[in-house]
Amino acid sequence: MWASYRFLADIPFVGPVGSKEAADIDLLWWFLCAVSLVMTVIIFVGVIGFAIKYRKKAGVDPVPVHGSNVLEITWSIIPFIVMLVMFWWGAELFFAAENPPKDAEEVFVVGKQWMWKIQHPDGTREMNSLHVPVGQAVKLTMASEDVIHSFSIPAFRVRHDVVPGHYDSLWFRPTTPGHYRIFCTEYCGDRHSQMIGYVDVMDENEYGKWASGGGSGGTLAEQGQQLFTQNGCSTCHLLNEQGRCPILKGLYNKPVQLNDGRTVIADDAYLRESILQPNAKIVNGYDANVMPNFQGQLSEENVIQLIAYIKSLAGNAAPAPTQGGNPPATAPTPAVKKPKVAIKEAAANMMPQQ
Amino acid sequence: MATTYTTTPETSAEEPVNYLNVEHGWKSWLFTTDHKRIAMLYLFSITVMFIIGGAFAILVRIHLTQPQGLFPPEVYNRLFTMHGVVMIFFFLIPSIPATLGNFLLPIQIGAKDLAFPRINLLSWYLYIGGAAFAIFAVVRGGVDTGWTFYAPYSTTYSNSYVLSAAMGAFVAGFSSILTGLNFIVTVHKMRAPGMSWMRMPLFIWAHYATGLIQILGTPVVAIALVLVAVERVMHVGIFDPNIGGDPILFQHIFWFYSHPAVYIMILPGMGVISEVIACFSRKRIFGYEFVAASSMGIAILGFLVWGHHMFVTGQSVYTGIVFSFLTFFVAVPSAVKVFNWTATMYKGSVTFDSPMLYAFAFIGLFTIGGLTGLFLSTLATDVALHGTYFVVAHFHFVMVGGMVVAFLAGLHFWWPKMTGRMYSEPWAKFAALLIFAGFNLTFLPQFVLGYLGMPRRYAAYPPEFQVLNVLSTAGASILGIAFFIPMIYLTWSWFKGPRVGKDPWHAKGLEWEIQSPPTTFNFDETPTVTEEAYNYGPLEEHPVV
Repeated sequence: MWASYRFLADIPFVGPVGSKEAADIDLLWWFLCAVSLVMTVIIFVGVIGFAIKYRKKAGVDPVPVHGSNVLEITWSIIPFIVMLVMFWWGAELFFAAENPPKDAEEVFVVGKQWMWKIQHPDGTREMNSLHVPVGQAVKLTMASEDVIHSFSIPAFRVRHDVVPGHYDSLWFRPTTPGHYRIFCTEYCGDRHSQMIGYVDVMDENEYGKWASGGGSGGTLAEQGQQLFTQNGCSTCHLLNEQGRCPILKGLYNKPVQLNDGRTVIADDAYLRESILQPNAKIVNGYDANVMPNFQGQLSEENVIQLIAYIKSLAGNAAPAPTQGGNPPATAPTPAVKKPKVAIKEAAANMMPQQ
Repeated sequence: MATTYTTTPETSAEEPVNYLNVEHGWKSWLFTTDHKRIAMLYLFSITVMFIIGGAFAILVRIHLTQPQGLFPPEVYNRLFTMHGVVMIFFFLIPSIPATLGNFLLPIQIGAKDLAFPRINLLSWYLYIGGAAFAIFAVVRGGVDTGWTFYAPYSTTYSNSYVLSAAMGAFVAGFSSILTGLNFIVTVHKMRAPGMSWMRMPLFIWAHYATGLIQILGTPVVAIALVLVAVERVMHVGIFDPNIGGDPILFQHIFWFYSHPAVYIMILPGMGVISEVIACFSRKRIFGYEFVAASSMGIAILGFLVWGHHMFVTGQSVYTGIVFSFLTFFVAVPSAVKVFNWTATMYKGSVTFDSPMLYAFAFIGLFTIGGLTGLFLSTLATDVALHGTYFVVAHFHFVMVGGMVVAFLAGLHFWWPKMTGRMYSEPWAKFAALLIFAGFNLTFLPQFVLGYLGMPRRYAAYPPEFQVLNVLSTAGASILGIAFFIPMIYLTWSWFKGPRVGKDPWHAKGLEWEIQSPPTTFNFDETPTVTEEAYNYGPLEEHPVV
């Protein structure tokens, strides 16, 4: 008899916990469960108790009771105060979850129907699988090639939509080695339920062994540098001196003055937009329509590689080695802008070949 | 268990003239402007749509008994989408307002009809037109975007019948707008002498609040659907970033309507529950003014919380925090209603007729539905639960446990008024219990599945989730059967049920002072209202009619 009910014992009520942040959210979850349970009991006992106590009895008439302002205020205010606790607690954890720690290692994720393509900074690529060392904070920067996806790792209680046209991010710091599921949780078409994978959290040794494979095409920044040359970017974006286009060295995460007076931070989203649609924001002192649109020419993965390259130029140190096709022979460019005609010709020459 | 109702022996061979037998033939129905006949047209139509939507639900649950699923994913995706589209746009939104509201709103305020009887008929034809588009989409091969029609999937990537399904929802939306408009004008202009705002039954307050949402919110979703069509057909970049749009824009426009829309779906149900609890406790609703005000509060605050559907979409952190905060505000008026209903029974004289059993089920299920909403208003837990079965379970607790159960409570309460006949009380009580049990078995496991991380809209799932899914499907089988029982005994009652007099429950309210079924113009003379709503006394004071 008991055996037939055994399966109930196998039902888990909370999934695996892979990080401290997940444990923090579980605590809030249990608080919410406890409040809900108390409220449910109060209502059920009230309804059932009153229904039985005041059931129709011969000779007992209903007594008119119109209401009570004191009660109305009490049962509005007390639940609201409890709800403020929920709000505050939830908002605090949410705020922390939206702000990755400084030491977070950045990993790039591109979602497309129906797979997750992952690029590590060292150039390692993975598909539907993410390997990370235990204890290391990981920030995922995510882009979509087509529709909206959502990257979710239940064991870390994290999730973020991956919206085409945007960079979205989330972070986690795994505390327990393990094999945890990845789900796409925004409906994305026929094979939505196959857009799944695993995060493998490994201890240092194991991760070292796994990572030593490395990427075949060099680091992400090196791949980006190659693209930078192949697409002709290096013709105008000179690294050391003023070219026809803004200097990229030391640009990353620095403020940029635009020609409409605004100042923006040169973060990932800005760089992505400036690569794909260069005319969206023009740096002060430069002309529009110089650089061709790369929308539809570069994949999201390529854009991520290019940004990684620009990032690698952030330091004050000498620019990255110019092996490859970076033309060292380019004549030093005067600080003044060249005539527009020449620039347009140059731009025409730079059009990516289709 | 004590019961209340009384039936009249069938002494007279001839039924008195009423709105049902005054005319015969299909023309007398399809060209009627009588709000009661239009209500019956709606009742029949939404029942058909409920059966279609329910069939999709059963297929969804059968599919999910196996981790790899039974149908190909393309089929499953169409099943859950059509379930959502049919149930939301063609059952839940019109359900109570278009049937019970249409029938009762004029009568409860002492009017002969709605303010615009022809527009009322037009709104039924619009509903039928919208339903025809939706059924066309189903027959041609379905739609696979989810009922939310999220762009750019719906505008660029889906190969299914998005346009006809969206057109169906668009047209049905105008039906909803016209119903809301009619209700608001009727409440303002056509109340009988003495029917002051503070004497109106709470059912009227609930419909007034619903009407406000219908006319303010529905045009916005209509715009969203038009923009989807424009982008899909003409490739104008509105939502698809590849042609210059932004997918987040769609979500803002869509949820600006679709969050208030859940209050279109639940407020009329709350109105029904107030009437039923008052009658079967023989008490005025505790804190009448607060319950009335809470309907208006929900209608207004409901427009300020749409962003809580978008906590993980990339709207700014601060926007998320503001929407979370506002969402907790809207929880207060809902809680106030539940407390007041409970307090209404205090020192009452409670009987356990079938409408009251449905009302008890409503309070229990709506309480759980409301409390689980708090998990989703809280930012950090929403991040963990968004897009999982927890959301599915929460939504169904409010919409099925709340709205559908309230609809059944109201249908059982006013059925004798609408048809002049009674149904089988034992079967009605049995059905109420079976629905409650089947419902909980279906949806309680889904809360657990959600926190374990099982995503919604998955045609296949990891094997560790199978036990809970099988439990849920078992519950759904019970629920499916339980929903058929009222259809059977109510149909029987329509033809063979024992006749009842004008007030079988000894209830208060203008609708119980006129004959059952009512005559075409409801009242021979315009009534004058001299007392507040729910002026209940002991049962014995009322002579058996």
